[in-house]
Amino acid sequence: MNKTANPIQIIGHITLASLAEIGRLSRFAGHAVASIALPPFYLRALLRQIWLIGYNSLPVVGLTALFTGAALAQQIFVGGSRFNAESVVPGVVVIAIVRELGPVLGGLMVAGRVSSAMAAELGTMRVTEQIDALVTLSTDPFKYLVVPRILAAVITLPALVLVANIIGVMGGYIIGTERLGLNSASYLKVTADFLEASDVVSSLVKAAVFGFIIALAGSYHGYYSRGGAQGVGRATTNAVVTAFILILLANLIITVLVFGDAQ
Amino acid sequence: MTPKIELRGVSKAFGRKLVLKDVNLSIAAGQSLVIIGGSGTGKSVTIKSILGLLTPDSGQILIDGKDMTRASRRDRKAFLADIGMLFQGAALFDSLPVWQNVAFGLIEGKRLKKADAKEIAIEKLGRVGLGPDVAELHPAELSGGMQKRVGLARAIAGDPSIIFFDEPTTGLDPIMADVINDLIVECVRDLGATTLSITHDMASARKIADRIAMLYGGEIIWEGAKDSIDQSGNAYVDQFIHGRADGPIQMQVTDD
Repeated sequence: MNKTANPIQIIGHITLASLAEIGRLSRFAGHAVASIALPPFYLRALLRQIWLIGYNSLPVVGLTALFTGAALAQQIFVGGSRFNAESVVPGVVVIAIVRELGPVLGGLMVAGRVSSAMAAELGTMRVTEQIDALVTLSTDPFKYLVVPRILAAVITLPALVLVANIIGVMGGYIIGTERLGLNSASYLKVTADFLEASDVVSSLVKAAVFGFIIALAGSYHGYYSRGGAQGVGRATTNAVVTAFILILLANLIITVLVFGDAQ
Repeated sequence: MTPKIELRGVSKAFGRKLVLKDVNLSIAAGQSLVIIGGSGTGKSVTIKSILGLLTPDSGQILIDGKDMTRASRRDRKAFLADIGMLFQGAALFDSLPVWQNVAFGLIEGKRLKKADAKEIAIEKLGRVGLGPDVAELHPAELSGGMQKRVGLARAIAGDPSIIFFDEPTTGLDPIMADVINDLIVECVRDLGATTLSITHDMASARKIADRIAMLYGGEIIWEGAKDSIDQSGNAYVDQFIHGRADGPIQMQVTDD
């Protein structure tokens, strides 16, 4: 290759490479979705993944939500007190947690744990030829490896985010009542008044989409990793970066679609 | 008679690098062909193309006279149900105990009951000299030689009519390599299977082959009966089987 490539060439290379990557990822996603509907189904693999993704992520997601909700209440109290509007704390906390921070921070934390683990596991299976071995044993690696991971993440993330939302609001409540001197009963009442069913629904829809992204990024980078231990390491990093970017992008799109028209 | 496996004009390129150039090969039913050649000469690509893990750019791959590059999903499934493959690093599933590895194709592929599949798995493990106690261990607890044996048991578990061996002796000491070679010869004879192996281990090739073909630069440069390899009259083959650094084959030491 020409070592003194001009800037235009470099931009061209990067653009083409990115488009090719997006194309490959989309094809992978299409293949995975198409494989969900067709038998055979691997129920044991699905349950195992639900356990790994869901149960094992509870502590990290719960702690994230607790600390975030608490910090949020403190900040809003400080900001609100300038206008003598300390009473907005419960309302803003619940809206911020349920609409944005619960699903986004929950999704990012799970992505950090799960996308990397999936990429490392599938990547190792790829470079040690275990994925090829599946094919020679009459087993479709997409159905056996990818589909259970994607289904498990789509099922599990909404449950995790629901828990995160509750714990996040609780974090705000603890700081609000214990430290900031807000009235316990009115805190809960304002929270309930502000929260609408559509907020919860959009929160869970976001969570399901993020679950799909998390498993997709992890599976994709693992499935196509190559080049030994270094390749697996690269796949792991790329999986997390891809998942983070796509989660934040998807969150923006869903937020604009759902709340963009609200007055 | 229709050959069991036949390659006609198979070519495959990765980017600008042509890995297989118009490869023609034919293996009669019940015969064992060993492809020898150095690293990076296209041996693995040949096996992966036949298995359908890679799609050749041109040419035909015929199994029992049927072109697999254009086969229907059902024909491909039938083909895969009738083959076994021993991978270079054994490629055992490390999350599963040994017996489930051996029985994997029977349980997931052929939908046998677990208890029946386990019985077959233990019998096949016995066939490769491993006792029932090994069946409950995990692959990580086994030595390299034992992993190869388990890989062999897995390859023969479905009584396939075609078996592929990818560098069956790589990474083993010479004695264990010979044990594996003997097991391969015995298992293949018992099943009456057709086999295609790739290796750079000449001792292994001489032991398991009926015919030997040499792949160099993506082309078959020599093919003949095992006994005729010492009188091949081909300078490339001579250099390879005697393992000489000097000769027409120039090792690329730098990578560019």
